[in-house]
Amino acid sequence: MVTELLNRPSEPARRAQRTRSEERYAPSVDIGELPNELLVTADLPGAAGKDIDVNFENGRLTLHGRVSSRYPENARVVAQEYGVGDFHRVFEISETIDAEKITAEYRNGVLTLHLPKVPAVQPRKIDVRTA
Amino acid sequence: MLLERINGFPFLRNEVERLFGDAFENVPSAFRVIGPRAFPAVNLWEDAENAYAEAELPGLTMNDVEVLVLNDELIIRGERKASAPEGAAFHRRERNVGRFNRTVQLPVEVNAEQVAATLKDGVLTVKLAKSPAVLPRKIEVKG
Repeated sequence: MVTELLNRPSEPARRAQRTRSEERYAPSVDIGELPNELLVTADLPGAAGKDIDVNFENGRLTLHGRVSSRYPENARVVAQEYGVGDFHRVFEISETIDAEKITAEYRNGVLTLHLPKVPAVQPRKIDVRTA
Repeated sequence: MLLERINGFPFLRNEVERLFGDAFENVPSAFRVIGPRAFPAVNLWEDAENAYAEAELPGLTMNDVEVLVLNDELIIRGERKASAPEGAAFHRRERNVGRFNRTVQLPVEVNAEQVAATLKDGVLTVKLAKSPAVLPRKIEVKG
């Protein structure tokens, strides 16, 4: 239903993926399914709303957040347990989604996407005419 | 001081992790199992006058977090509540929820009266003024 496109399988979330010289992080996500929509919730702390790109094309959902380093110029790093850099994650969604109606909201570092499903086409009974 | 280097990478360990870490004292650090990472992860830096601590707490506002300072320890605690809508079936559940309580050793003694914390876009930044006792004092050289 929703599969992930990864450069390397079993990549844990939030681990850096080195692409060229930049580090990119896969945000942790929750993906829930309701009768009428898919709900994608992703942690993208430190990205301002305008620096987040959500793209949906041909069933592929791409999340990207631009985040710059938060260390000031004259800082001396004492200990670092996590890295700060751009967020990036891609999903393949096999469910038919009404792309026009996708909504995205970013609050307190969390991106929430509602992906409404296209209503199921009702089966049509076809009359057979006999001459 | 709980600051140590594992594989050349500096980590902070809180007291509880230390209990498990001691069991591996004789194991070369390259093979030491770090265990589940404490939440939240914390980055620490300093400049001449202040120490800074930063943690990622997406989805939280200042009402959900408590920041406490005691001598040279910083405590960050609170709760992240689940926000699942009724009747949702989950394909994936990676975002952790629940209570958290992290104690972090600061590199210097700080002045608990001069601590400021902000939480914006899920990033908690704590600015702690260094205690006057640890600030270098300029000695005038009389000639």
